[in-house]
Amino acid sequence: MTSITKPPVRHPGLPRNALGLTKRDYEGAMSTLCAGCGHDSVTAALIQSFWELDLPPDRAAKMSGIGCSSKTTAYFMKESHGFNSVHGRMPSVTSGANAANRDLTYIGISGDGDSLSIGLGQLCHAIRRNVNMLYMLENNGVYGLTKGQFSASADIGSMSKKGEANEQAPIDPVLLALTLGASFVARSFSGDKTQLVPIIKAGLSHRGFALIDVISPCVSFNDHDGSTKSYAYMREHEMEAVDADFVPLRREIILPEDHAAVTVVQLHDGSTVRLRSTSPDYNPTDREKAYKHVRSCQKRGEVATGLLFIDEAGRDLHDMNRTVKTPLAELPFETLCPGKGAMDALMERYR
Amino acid sequence: MSGINDFAFKMATVNGTGSASANSLLMQAIFRMGIPVTGKNIFPSNIQGLPTWYEIRVSKDGYTARPPEIDLVVALNPSTYAKDVATVRPGGYLLYDSSWPLDPTLVRPGITILGVPFGQMCIQTFERDRDRTLLRNIAYVGALAALLKIDMQVVEVMLNEKYGKKKALLKANHTAIRLGYDYATAHLECPLPFHLEHLDKTSNAILIDGNTACALGAVYAGATVGAWYPITPSTSLMESFKGFCERYRVDAESGLNKYCILQAEDELSAAGITIGAGWMGARAFTNTSGPGISLMQEFIGLAYYTEIPAVFFDVQRCGPATGMPTRTQQADLMSLAYASHGDTKHIVLFPANPAECFEMAVTAFDLAERFQTPVFVASDLDIGMNDWMVPRLQWDDSYRPDRGKVLDSAALEKVKKFSRYSDVDGDGIAARTLPGSGAKGAYFVRGSGHDKHAAYTEDSDAYLEVVNRLVLKFETAALTVPKPDMRLQDGSETGVVTIGSCDAAVREAVDRLREQGVHVDFMRIKSFPFGPEVRDFLARHANTFVIEQNRDAQLRALLAIETGIPRDLMIPVLDYSGMPLTCTALVAAVTKYLAEVPA
Repeated sequence: MTSITKPPVRHPGLPRNALGLTKRDYEGAMSTLCAGCGHDSVTAALIQSFWELDLPPDRAAKMSGIGCSSKTTAYFMKESHGFNSVHGRMPSVTSGANAANRDLTYIGISGDGDSLSIGLGQLCHAIRRNVNMLYMLENNGVYGLTKGQFSASADIGSMSKKGEANEQAPIDPVLLALTLGASFVARSFSGDKTQLVPIIKAGLSHRGFALIDVISPCVSFNDHDGSTKSYAYMREHEMEAVDADFVPLRREIILPEDHAAVTVVQLHDGSTVRLRSTSPDYNPTDREKAYKHVRSCQKRGEVATGLLFIDEAGRDLHDMNRTVKTPLAELPFETLCPGKGAMDALMERYR
Repeated sequence: MSGINDFAFKMATVNGTGSASANSLLMQAIFRMGIPVTGKNIFPSNIQGLPTWYEIRVSKDGYTARPPEIDLVVALNPSTYAKDVATVRPGGYLLYDSSWPLDPTLVRPGITILGVPFGQMCIQTFERDRDRTLLRNIAYVGALAALLKIDMQVVEVMLNEKYGKKKALLKANHTAIRLGYDYATAHLECPLPFHLEHLDKTSNAILIDGNTACALGAVYAGATVGAWYPITPSTSLMESFKGFCERYRVDAESGLNKYCILQAEDELSAAGITIGAGWMGARAFTNTSGPGISLMQEFIGLAYYTEIPAVFFDVQRCGPATGMPTRTQQADLMSLAYASHGDTKHIVLFPANPAECFEMAVTAFDLAERFQTPVFVASDLDIGMNDWMVPRLQWDDSYRPDRGKVLDSAALEKVKKFSRYSDVDGDGIAARTLPGSGAKGAYFVRGSGHDKHAAYTEDSDAYLEVVNRLVLKFETAALTVPKPDMRLQDGSETGVVTIGSCDAAVREAVDRLREQGVHVDFMRIKSFPFGPEVRDFLARHANTFVIEQNRDAQLRALLAIETGIPRDLMIPVLDYSGMPLTCTALVAAVTKYLAEVPA
């Protein structure tokens, strides 16, 4: 993972958030991805979201595996601790980190190779464990760093740059997550910041595992005719289920003027996400309907985007394990060690 | 060799029929009579219906190794009759269920055959099939009590403790015990020439298995995150940890847990969880066995290179591949010492018994944090799953965990610039920060090439600076890890080196050899990397025997690689049959070797 430090240029006029930070403060090293990479747009949307949410960088942990997508954790929030782990294993490292310190905000960045091939098992089980984290799956249908092999999300018939057609059925992370009981499932497009930013903000505020599948075209290996993960294909086939507005707790809620069908979902931290359905009968709190919607879009050659499913009543890793509110890593040793008295008494049981 | 308080007997039964609890009842009763005792459970990788054996050794002198010979076999499994009758020492005894005519397979000249109709008596006495099967085991406990002079009062007390609240069960057990005891007293010559007499040699001891002791060590060391994937023979380690945590780690006020145990989807994930938690500053561990260690290789290398504390308990079993999951071996030595691709080496601790499991579990957490690296506790099935007699575990309340060099927010304030992998003190150990402790200490953990500031690099010099510092760190560790256990005799030119659970058998062998006039020096390796005293010992002896439980003489290879002493100067004594070691192999090897070498 290559990284180049950005020069510390300050623009005094930049707007500041509640923490007094500018967007520049949420940036990281210079991206070394190819020019025009969808991942860089995702990074920009993440930075926008963190800034708007007033997220303290030193209270966040950036988690990733291996691949182009995993490199991007170096490109934002330089003041956060980051962990670039091994290929496909970011979910387990994040599970452990979260188990040890529940108070930090976990931002996992992965790709379709990292998540759907080598790390498919880890993704599934992190969903089942309901680790409280944002899981960005930057999905381009191709292995970029090794120069253009199909990934497990490539559609049947999708053409490689060399002209080969993929014949294997794709894994759709959204359908997968819905099946596994994920409590927050969304899809967006790297080129659609207006849609992506509120979804990221909602995902960050959601307590539990928040999966966002972001179609993020690879300009070098998968942005040609015949690719179903290209900019052109996405612009034509994107089908928004619900338009989401994210409203943080401390800001005034402004009702949309133009929509009648609005679902307001209150997130665990008290903030709300307002979902405007493009189709009046879409209900993002109904798992079965969400599944059906994604499938029917697929049948029509469309890609369902938006906040597709949300359930704020789910129990996360710490609820399931009944852990104390204080992060385990911060419990004083004296409260953990039973001591000599207990040991001497215990020994009688082994006689 | 047998005599009062000095003999061994073995039960051959079918697993899943309730013999396990009868056998531990026997062992505990002997222990409570104040007589040193050891039990080895030789069980199948199966839940019900396959042969299983339980060997109990009684030793007034306190020898805890597997017995070199068996004085009495209780043969209750027809499918293993031939094998079982062959293991009785000449002049020994065989006890069988005489409900049926004596099977000709059991007839062997030179041994005494005793019959008790356990099955028949149980069928006549108990109505339910389940009782008839289960209580047959208790009936043989009764017969053995008569034959071996086990104090019946002790047995009764134990039954009361166990079934006190279940009156019907208690009564049935008492009846069954009496069936066996009374029949043996009336029909057989009791006691046998070798039997038990009260002693006072166990009042400061306990009976405990290594997995329980490791788990207790993890609790006392303050571990809060445990991640695992079930695997024989390490499963009971995490189950014990859970049990102890439920007892000691539930917040009285809120009822919430001061621990988190995650059963992962596989061993890779278990390793990842452990490393993630260690990065966050929690004391975290995983427990596994050989196949799990194979799966964790990549993560182990990551933790080594990124310098994250993590404790791995490897309860070794018979490999390679799936191997024999319920048999013991020490065949993971090489794969632990240098686990993962690239240049990696690790701290490995080798407990010899459950008492050391407890001690070394605590040490492992201290070393992992002090050296910011994976630390392995290499136990094995024999230590992990068998009950060993060891001194009562002690705890000193003045213990404080060694958290290593961690810069907290206050310490960071005083630092001009935090640089994660810079060696400030010259000991190869750089200070780390924990996520959440402030922006100044933020850094990027990466398994890719990094310089001393934790920044990505492909620059040779910057890369070398970090990996060479890791060598220095390892050298510092060699001076810090537990020193070998040595027993020297004046002027001996013969040395014996061993490791882990071989300890008890090898020390017994050293005593036997001394009785034969052969004086050997003893060294038991307790950790890797080796300190300078290990090389000194090897260099000091003309003949060195290295006894271990694997085929390829892995300890010998490690000694040769790390000390530079030529491999062929060390004579391997290997037992990799899967059974706990007895003293005979070493005694025979040394005797034979010395007989062949001209004086």
